[in-house]
Amino acid sequence: MDGSEHVFDDRTPGVEDHEPTASYLSYTVGLGLAILATIASFVVAQTDLLWAPGIPVGLLVLAIAQIGVHLVFFLHLGSGSESTNNVLALAFGVLVVFLLIGGSIWIIANLNANIMLMPM
Amino acid sequence: MSVATIDADPAAVPSTPARGRGGGGPAPKRTVVAYGFWIFILSDMIMFAALFAAYAVLAGSTAGGPRGVQLFNLQSVFIETMCLLLSSYSCGLGALSAERRQPGQFLLFAALTFVLGAAFLFIEVTEFAGMVARGAGPDRSAFLSSFFTLVGTHGVHVTGGLVWLVYLVAQVMVKGLRASVLRRLLCWSLFWHALDIVWVGVLTLVYLMGVA
Repeated sequence: MDGSEHVFDDRTPGVEDHEPTASYLSYTVGLGLAILATIASFVVAQTDLLWAPGIPVGLLVLAIAQIGVHLVFFLHLGSGSESTNNVLALAFGVLVVFLLIGGSIWIIANLNANIMLMPM
Repeated sequence: MSVATIDADPAAVPSTPARGRGGGGPAPKRTVVAYGFWIFILSDMIMFAALFAAYAVLAGSTAGGPRGVQLFNLQSVFIETMCLLLSSYSCGLGALSAERRQPGQFLLFAALTFVLGAAFLFIEVTEFAGMVARGAGPDRSAFLSSFFTLVGTHGVHVTGGLVWLVYLVAQVMVKGLRASVLRRLLCWSLFWHALDIVWVGVLTLVYLMGVA
């Protein structure tokens, strides 16, 4: 085995030799998409053109889209092997967040619907 | 330090690094630090989720007091949103120029980030003061208590982020853009971007749905 072949990619822990994965372009694309989503949210909230009960759903969809833009373009969560752990942790975080918010709204709405107001 | 002397069949070892899956040796410290801070950010998100849940449940409990439609001024909320979004953008560019070892550009972007974040805070504090002056303080109704708790907690986070930024700029000026300072900058930029994500939720759930 000759020493000239470097098939191993061994590194000392703590060695910093990575290439910046982000670029000015990716941040600018992210900013553009985020501004679009924000303006769309403000338009949807104030317009009379849309069916009123659908507006909260539209706002929610736009918010989730914008959060996705922030995660990919600003926080650089991608499909690279370096972000696998981060994406898994995020998935668990999202699960807990949805359980917390959804569960609270569900339970309290149920209680409000079933409450018996006692005559004073 | 040569690793090529290890007696192993090269064909059996993957030649590309597979970070996070056990292959390719230990992950760089930068990746590990970012992962740890990411866990903290997620725990912070869960705290915000509890506040969001409280707000969503109490938003209708106005106790005869003012509702969101009468209180919120969407124009100033739009300016607030743009301030925070642009400060997130300039924070990203600042982190990028720090990684490329361009201290002058980094300081410029850091100053821009600070000014935009401070402008956001100024508008928010003005809005809060106006609401309290009109008798719509946190003591008026459960809706307003949860509103001030949720939006105020986000504001406290932004304040903390600004203090942290000043501290990091001082570190860059004294110590230079060395690896340990770059890792701290990375954590701070994760924190700042995460605050923008929380603001997207506040904007949608509190302001836009409150007015729509």
